[in-house]
Amino acid sequence: MNRIDIKRRNVVDHRKKQFADPAYKQTQYPHRLNFYSTPPTADITLEQFEQWAIDRLRILAELEACSFRNKTPAETALHMKPLLDKYLPLDASSSGHSQLQAQRQKDHYSHFILRLAFASTEDLRRRFTRVETMLFRLRFQADDSRERAAFVRTLNLDWEPVSEDEKRELSPQLATTIGFGYGKRAQQVMDEEWCKVDWMRVPDLIEGRKVYVKAGKAYVPGREQQSMVLNAFTKRLEQALELTARALPRLDEDDRLTPILNHLSKNFIAPDSSYTGSGMAIESAEISARNIDNLSQHFPMCMNHLHRSLRRDAHLKHFGRLQYTLFLKGIGLNLEEALVFWRSSFNKITDDTFNKEYRYNVRHSYGDVGGDSNRRSGGYSPYSCQKILTEHAPGPGEAHGCPYRHFSLENLTTLLRASGVTDRAVLQGVKEDTESQKFHMACNRVFEHLHKTELKRAKDEGVMTAAQLETIVHPNEYFKRSYLLKNMNKQKQQVDVKMEG
Amino acid sequence: MEVEPPVAAPSSPLVDEDFVMVEAGEAQGAAKDANPAAGPPPAQVAADEDMVVEIQQEKRPEIKLEDLFDGMDSDDDDFQSSSNPLNVKEPVEEEAYDPSFELLRIYYQRFFPWRYMFQWLNHSPVPTNDFKHREFSLWLHNDAVMRYQSYTTSDLFRKDVLRLMPRRIEIGPVYTADPRDRKTFRNSTAFVPMAKELCFDIDLTDYDDIRTCCDKANICNKCWRFTTMAIKVLDTALREDFGYHHILWVYSGRRGVHAWVCDKQARTLQDHQRKAIASYFEVVSGKAGGKRVNIRRPLHPHLSRSIDLLKEHFQHDVLETQDPWASPEKADALLLQHIPDPDLREALRKKWDASPGRPSSSKWADIDALAQTGAVGAAFDPKDLLDAKQDILLEHAYPRLDIAVSQKLNHLLKSPFVIHPGTGRVCVPIDRDNLDGFDPLNVPTLQGLVREVDAWGGGETTDGGVAGAADGGAGGGDGGGGGASSQEVKHVQDWEKTSLKPYIEYFRSFVTALMKEEREAAVKRERVEDGDVEVKVESLDF
Repeated sequence: MNRIDIKRRNVVDHRKKQFADPAYKQTQYPHRLNFYSTPPTADITLEQFEQWAIDRLRILAELEACSFRNKTPAETALHMKPLLDKYLPLDASSSGHSQLQAQRQKDHYSHFILRLAFASTEDLRRRFTRVETMLFRLRFQADDSRERAAFVRTLNLDWEPVSEDEKRELSPQLATTIGFGYGKRAQQVMDEEWCKVDWMRVPDLIEGRKVYVKAGKAYVPGREQQSMVLNAFTKRLEQALELTARALPRLDEDDRLTPILNHLSKNFIAPDSSYTGSGMAIESAEISARNIDNLSQHFPMCMNHLHRSLRRDAHLKHFGRLQYTLFLKGIGLNLEEALVFWRSSFNKITDDTFNKEYRYNVRHSYGDVGGDSNRRSGGYSPYSCQKILTEHAPGPGEAHGCPYRHFSLENLTTLLRASGVTDRAVLQGVKEDTESQKFHMACNRVFEHLHKTELKRAKDEGVMTAAQLETIVHPNEYFKRSYLLKNMNKQKQQVDVKMEG
Repeated sequence: MEVEPPVAAPSSPLVDEDFVMVEAGEAQGAAKDANPAAGPPPAQVAADEDMVVEIQQEKRPEIKLEDLFDGMDSDDDDFQSSSNPLNVKEPVEEEAYDPSFELLRIYYQRFFPWRYMFQWLNHSPVPTNDFKHREFSLWLHNDAVMRYQSYTTSDLFRKDVLRLMPRRIEIGPVYTADPRDRKTFRNSTAFVPMAKELCFDIDLTDYDDIRTCCDKANICNKCWRFTTMAIKVLDTALREDFGYHHILWVYSGRRGVHAWVCDKQARTLQDHQRKAIASYFEVVSGKAGGKRVNIRRPLHPHLSRSIDLLKEHFQHDVLETQDPWASPEKADALLLQHIPDPDLREALRKKWDASPGRPSSSKWADIDALAQTGAVGAAFDPKDLLDAKQDILLEHAYPRLDIAVSQKLNHLLKSPFVIHPGTGRVCVPIDRDNLDGFDPLNVPTLQGLVREVDAWGGGETTDGGVAGAADGGAGGGDGGGGGASSQEVKHVQDWEKTSLKPYIEYFRSFVTALMKEEREAAVKRERVEDGDVEVKVESLDF
């Protein structure tokens, strides 16, 4: 018996497998959702290859734009529905659609094509994982609950169900995490399907204290399953992309695919393009350390607040300095001027302290010092609204962040009033925007209010096209637009030239 | 090897093994070997002199070794002066902290617990990648920071520290490869941080808006209570909620405290998981002056437990000791602003304006008293008031963390047992079972240690010790006595003669427990692997 066994095992020896005929089998798609764990193996045409990839890319770019504009999940779903139906339809199994398998095949293949296109750099991989996860989430939420449950079962995630006894015992604690006070709705706890997982599997639930944890196990109610599935999805995709990246060099052999893939990945860079300082500087403006006070009237609230804090305290904490330095770099303040600016702003400290503790950081932001990659890329790019909104929420004594998001309403109103926004309707609008988490809208609303007359004139005279007046999603864009509008008279000539170029 | 391990617990195989390992690698062992053989035990009075002699003996071979490795070094001058006890003692008598090399050298040579530090980071008596690939960064006296230092053994670590005399040592993550080789990897994924203890940092400056006794870098025992509260809450939650056992609390030397969660699982957490756990503990957020506690109701079990833990402290250590709402402005910003009912707010304000200087604890009691007498509006909901009071309590007593320290795997944190350059205090571990007994103003200092070891008499007779110290100081101890060291003195380490002893002993027991668990886990793994091997052998037979 053993002998035979060994021989059989030899058949799957990888050295022999290499020369064996590949035994491909047609992939079946029993579920609408896909974890993309098996790569596709069938042949497709080159046209399909490109077209499917472009279709999917269109969806992903649009999704990213939605998150960029801080759309709520519901709004995003609404916005995406027609696009999804057009470019990447995916119907439920129950719909009995004739194209079911074809749809799923396209979804499957396009995903893997884009993997090839976006595996090359760390940055692309991260963004690809993020948007793919967004797409998956969108579909997961829209999925029929029975089909979703069936799909989740096939994933083999090691969740441990919570026994009835344990539920009963922990019911006071568990009740608080599903929104019911102790005692009132013990029954709700018993009705819910709970499962126990290592807390590391559900970091986002831990982060918001949304689940009860005990001895390292998180008690997740059935309705929060989504987050665990999504995490598993992200994690697997990240790992798979790493592997793809390692395999990429071998792809060079096929000279038909490489150009397509390069083209695809370049397209993906466009919407989130980092804000390069040189291209965005306004030539006519005098951007120097001593002129910053004057220019600060064109700053968005976040930078305005940083500037005020800096002038008030003669100091800013780390993330404040970082956010502000990069912004100033973005508006065209060069390194020498930046050092002059920070040195003169921190007027309560000695030269020695400044040189020791701050000088390096400013130079690092400009890419003057630091590792190779930092110097080559000229330091960090100025922060976009997206980054300011989502990363490093300000703590005590810190002035960075987005006032619309991180301030209490009273503080925000005070700041706005101090900056010349006194119109009740505008303030009310800002309040509503921030309450519904549309921080961009609030910022743009303030911008429109402060530049009311100029905007009207610009429109009348056709100085700026509609594209140049779309929603602002970058503080430097805010500055640039504000500066150009306010200096329209002086600048008209130059602006015309610039905008065409 | 006749030599006893310098530390107790000779029964432990771990200690023995380590000792042999270290000794085999270094010539230093030879010098120690020679010691006990040299002459009869001297009189008690001469104990201190012996000690001085001993230092020299320890040092001589070392310097020679260094010379061998480093070629011509200018260390000789330092060596000469440091071996002269007169030079050592002068700054001590001045009572001022002198960050000179001399004191530091003595500290690193004689007090710093190298062995336990090594075991703590290595998790095994034999050097593993946990230690070898660990980043250390050394802050030198000219303010340069040497990052990405790594050492294959604890002895090389010690030697390098003695060579460079950093005023501060920071500990970074374990990398996938030796940090010194980091430049040799072409792609960035081959050199990434893999593991580090989960760290927390509490800094009393974050409490400035509610501390009334001190501000900025100053602390006293009153405001230290904030730290005590924070440790209690965090420690309990880390143990009960997250199931961690090996949590080391370390005094940062001036105004804060660090936590090192050393469980294997905690060490391998990824950045997003660290961020999650840090946010789990982030309750007081935003800028001072606004509403800083925004939490959902019903209260998460962690928060309701924390409130129970903090209630007592809030009453005593915050309201009575700190009296944070003494001035009307403070009372308004920290207290009244959070009272949900406008009528009640007005009533309170009126009452307090009428009696200026009313203590905070009375003001706190006033809230409920007035609410009960009906000085409230029509829409008053007692539940809102309770919620508001809970928020206020949390704002004043819940831990305020420097979240950046916990979030990133590759964040460096000051090592335990280094000397704080500003205060001269040793960053000692805090025993969580004796939290209330810890006095940050009374921890060992560099000068104090040197004094204590000089005053140590070798036995219980302190008077003899003092005499010996005076003797040793005056005598100059230029090694005249040779190797005349007593056997009893021999295996008493210098740190055991000082107030550093309980701290190092606590650290030792912490490390031992950690290593024990790691070893048990390793044995379990081995068993599984053994199983595999057996299967393979079987199949090969056929």
